[in-house]
Amino acid sequence: MDFLRPACWEEALAAKAEHPTAVPIAGGTDVMVEINFDHRRPEYLLDLNRIGELCEWEVGEESVRLGASVPYTQIMEHLRAELPGLALASHTVASPQIRNRGGVGGNLGTASPAGDAHPALLAAGAEVEVASVRGSRLIPIDEFYTGVKRNALAADELIRAVHIKKADGPQQFSKVGTRNAMVIAVCAFGLALHPETRTVRTGIGSAAPTPVRAKAAEEFLNAALEEGGFWDSKEIITPSIAKQFAELASGGCSPIDDVRGTASYRRHAVGIMARRTLGWTWEAYRGNAHGTKGGAQCA
Amino acid sequence: MRVNFTVNGRQQEADDVWEGESLLYVLRERMGLPGSKNACEQGECGSCTVRLDGVPVCSCLVAAGQVEGREVVTVEGLADFAKQRAEHGCATRACGTSLQDAQQWEAGPQHSQTGEGAELSPIQQAFIDAGAVQCGFCTPGLLVAADELLERNAEPSDADIREALSGNLCRCTGYEKILDAVRLAAARQEEAV
Repeated sequence: MDFLRPACWEEALAAKAEHPTAVPIAGGTDVMVEINFDHRRPEYLLDLNRIGELCEWEVGEESVRLGASVPYTQIMEHLRAELPGLALASHTVASPQIRNRGGVGGNLGTASPAGDAHPALLAAGAEVEVASVRGSRLIPIDEFYTGVKRNALAADELIRAVHIKKADGPQQFSKVGTRNAMVIAVCAFGLALHPETRTVRTGIGSAAPTPVRAKAAEEFLNAALEEGGFWDSKEIITPSIAKQFAELASGGCSPIDDVRGTASYRRHAVGIMARRTLGWTWEAYRGNAHGTKGGAQCA
Repeated sequence: MRVNFTVNGRQQEADDVWEGESLLYVLRERMGLPGSKNACEQGECGSCTVRLDGVPVCSCLVAAGQVEGREVVTVEGLADFAKQRAEHGCATRACGTSLQDAQQWEAGPQHSQTGEGAELSPIQQAFIDAGAVQCGFCTPGLLVAADELLERNAEPSDADIREALSGNLCRCTGYEKILDAVRLAAARQEEAV
């Protein structure tokens, strides 16, 4: 095994071009587990810790450019206003020690369907900035996840940052697990209201081979809210709309049975989380503060 | 490969480090500092918690090569680290804990009359006084995590304490005595101000 220690981004891209099999390591919270347990013996480890710009973020007009290695702790502390959904999701990641090291770039690189950041990114709307010596490109988040633990990165590419749309309305994140810390999601759900475009976006975690949006549920809800004039009236969403939204979200899953839960439980729980996150965000949109309870929420 | 980094305030060098080796392995097996415990090796239990450039991390998930040029504080250096902090920083090379001292470090409560015995950080003393130690395996990680909590939050609520220690598993105590110890250390810190 070789340990590559690029001192800057250009060096990192050159190293990845020269050694496409090199495994990037930043927080190490996924990679080191695999090495410790002898599940993986990469030929090269590509350390990204020395590249300071990966730990920086810029808040722009419309979006936040979040460096791939910005630890979850920083997202929770500094980006709660701009990225409320992601901040909530970050708070549910493992433990303080892990949140001090792990970041969204690693979540995207690993591309596990259970990664906590994914539902929030899908719901907010995001693009992944990837780069190689050939140049850089932005991959829409909906096209980023290509299979179980697979993503759209080419062998010579590295994740530089994620461009996440700044919240223009309330966002929520909900996750099912056996306790409030150190838990990999049984399933998770992210929801963002976008009053500017009068749309609702969602993200489902851990209930399909990849993180997915509940598109049929979104389309139904967008039409129902428009038709009922809800965005203007700010009336309570009728229970029948919420119920059908939940059923469609549930139908948007294609889960499996595993040690953490059964497929039917996941389908059921996603429906419940869809209804609850819609209720919480809509209450906040209507101006009710209790819809935006801070901190991690139990599902 | 060779890795140069600061451990408990002193410059150290580890040789023949395997590229896939963890910081935890280097500390325990190459530097003779077994205070940081090796349990789950997957970041679940927190018993290997150390400070990396001031931030609590699981040393089992840090690749040794990643600590080149950086600063690590382990439980063996915690007493000295807390002392330096209390005395407002450290400018001289004289402070820090030598590898030899760290290797021989033993926890012992201060003798109430003579004040003799190994020096303890306030959090270590509080763990002893509150009876927060049973088998002791989780203790080093909890000490490092709790010390960092009290450094940034002098008056933690119970929720703050639970959150700060949520990455450290203890299978003996049921946590109640550990929470007592952190509250005790916080109260004593308050008194001292």
